[in-house]
Amino acid sequence: MGHNVPPDLLFFPSEGVFISTKGRHMTITAVEKADNRPTLLRREKIERVLAYGLLVAAAIWLLWNAIGAPVQFANVTLGGIRTGAIYALVALGYTLVYGIIELINFAHGDLFMLGSVFSALILVNFFGAGTGSPKDWALMILTLIIVMAMCAGMNVAAEFIGYRRLRRAPKLAPLITAVGISFIFQWLGIVLNGSAPKSWPKVIPNGGIHFGDVILDYSTIVVIAVTLPLLGLMTYLVQQTRQGKAMRATAQDQDAARLMGINVNRTISFTFGLGGAMAGAAGLLYLETFGTTRYDAGFQLGLMAFTAAVLGGIGNLKGAVVGGFIIGVIQAWNDGLPHGLGQQWSQSVVFTILILLMVFKPEGLYGKPTVEKV
Amino acid sequence: MTALNVESTDRNGELMLDVKDLAVYYGNIAAVKGLSLTVHKGEIVTLIGSNGAGKSTTLRTISGLLKPRTGTIDFNGQRISGREGHEVVALGICQSPEGRRIFPRMTVSENLDLGAFLRRDTDGIAADRARVLDLFPRLADRINQKAGTMSGGEQQMLAVGRALMGSPQLLVLDEPSMGLAPVLVDLIFDTIETIREQGTTVLVVEQNALAALRVADYAYVLESGVLKMQGDAKKMAENDDIVKAYLGG
Repeated sequence: MGHNVPPDLLFFPSEGVFISTKGRHMTITAVEKADNRPTLLRREKIERVLAYGLLVAAAIWLLWNAIGAPVQFANVTLGGIRTGAIYALVALGYTLVYGIIELINFAHGDLFMLGSVFSALILVNFFGAGTGSPKDWALMILTLIIVMAMCAGMNVAAEFIGYRRLRRAPKLAPLITAVGISFIFQWLGIVLNGSAPKSWPKVIPNGGIHFGDVILDYSTIVVIAVTLPLLGLMTYLVQQTRQGKAMRATAQDQDAARLMGINVNRTISFTFGLGGAMAGAAGLLYLETFGTTRYDAGFQLGLMAFTAAVLGGIGNLKGAVVGGFIIGVIQAWNDGLPHGLGQQWSQSVVFTILILLMVFKPEGLYGKPTVEKV
Repeated sequence: MTALNVESTDRNGELMLDVKDLAVYYGNIAAVKGLSLTVHKGEIVTLIGSNGAGKSTTLRTISGLLKPRTGTIDFNGQRISGREGHEVVALGICQSPEGRRIFPRMTVSENLDLGAFLRRDTDGIAADRARVLDLFPRLADRINQKAGTMSGGEQQMLAVGRALMGSPQLLVLDEPSMGLAPVLVDLIFDTIETIREQGTTVLVVEQNALAALRVADYAYVLESGVLKMQGDAKKMAENDDIVKAYLGG
């Protein structure tokens, strides 16, 4: 390339960066122009001090709560983990679709909502399940599988009807289509569920296992018991199987994937299906945790899950899961701790944290470096 | 639009790839107009021409990434024009595309595995992997490195190796010498000859016309999407007028 750089550094003139090939990870060093270097450094220093300052403040606030009310702290945190698991499942759907076709699927939250409505209709109205008998548990597992399949099917259909023919269109076209599909799903939610929230009997009984005054809810146990194997299964699918390999290849370069003999359309369908199945599972878990369904549940929860996906680094599966749990726990702390701001502030707090993270670490927690066009 | 024939040559081997009257458009702009070319079994055929002549467009159309507006492409007697890219690979055409297009966040090993995506013959895959690593020992040294962190030359070797992992009947190479140091260009073209000796037919597109003519049996010269000349590659390289007029010699 004619540049005089050490052999283990690759220079990318267009981006103005060096990429070190030493070690396992790419490290990227920006080449700062001499004239604005001092300002850059000063800004970086201020940013770093601010970031650490905020982290320390948050830690002190947490300690203050934890020491002041340890039992409440533990209970609230457990509840946050439960909500976080549901966020994680929904966030996976956002991140999977974004990872493969760079579409922010605005309809995904509403797909989750349909999952909760389907779950209620099938489990309570169709199967007539009550609370807690072994038969009810079996029916719940059966419903889980059915709803996962239904939501997978709906997501695949949305891609097939809506997004597929827009694949070579400007990015805005599929985005607006996703908003449209979101309306269609919400309308379907109103048709099936009515415009008012509905309460349903739950298979999982209220209460939980007591450790002193700390209560591990049965619903938390079920949510975790369903979520963890699903996450494991998904990791296996993406990392180990042929279809997963095809997904990763398609995400990196569609034409190159075609030249490997990969059926790109089928791979994208599979990805939508996988994301839809996770949303379906989240729908049933939501129903069993809160016992209500509402046609607009997808908007709020979808926004939180999307935030989780961005927080973790959109396109990154591990990031979506970690982001989901973080958002769930932060929200619970804000809503439930004695010195929290309370529920009316929960979205403001979550989005403030998102904005702060975007300022200090724009690629998200596990995001890949933006310099990749080699 | 008849192309100039340098000298008609006997082309041995049965007809493998048969492109007839191909026209490819991007919107209203014609990239290739009325191109006909053939590749026979066992040959190295090169398609040369300057930037924007339509070479890569032709290859992308052969591999099913673009659809022709008119014209046909047959491979071993089967119509492949209009088929999807993955179907063309299944029939035995593997391409190392322009700009290499390796999977940057995967390791060299994973890239090679993807080249064999459609194959189920574990033994054959292992044998081809050994063959590729034998052709390009540099890849063996970097087998667990992320492909995006390698140098341009190494990425080019990986792109060619990855295409070979599909065990193609016809190997299609788009600008394999692009951006490479002269010593690597020689290595790549030596390797192309070795690949042919091992029984794979090769269609190679090049801007570096003289290097391509040196190894090729038959050559097509493309200019602004139109076929300007075709004929025996060695004779073309020897003809000073042609070299001056078309090949920037």
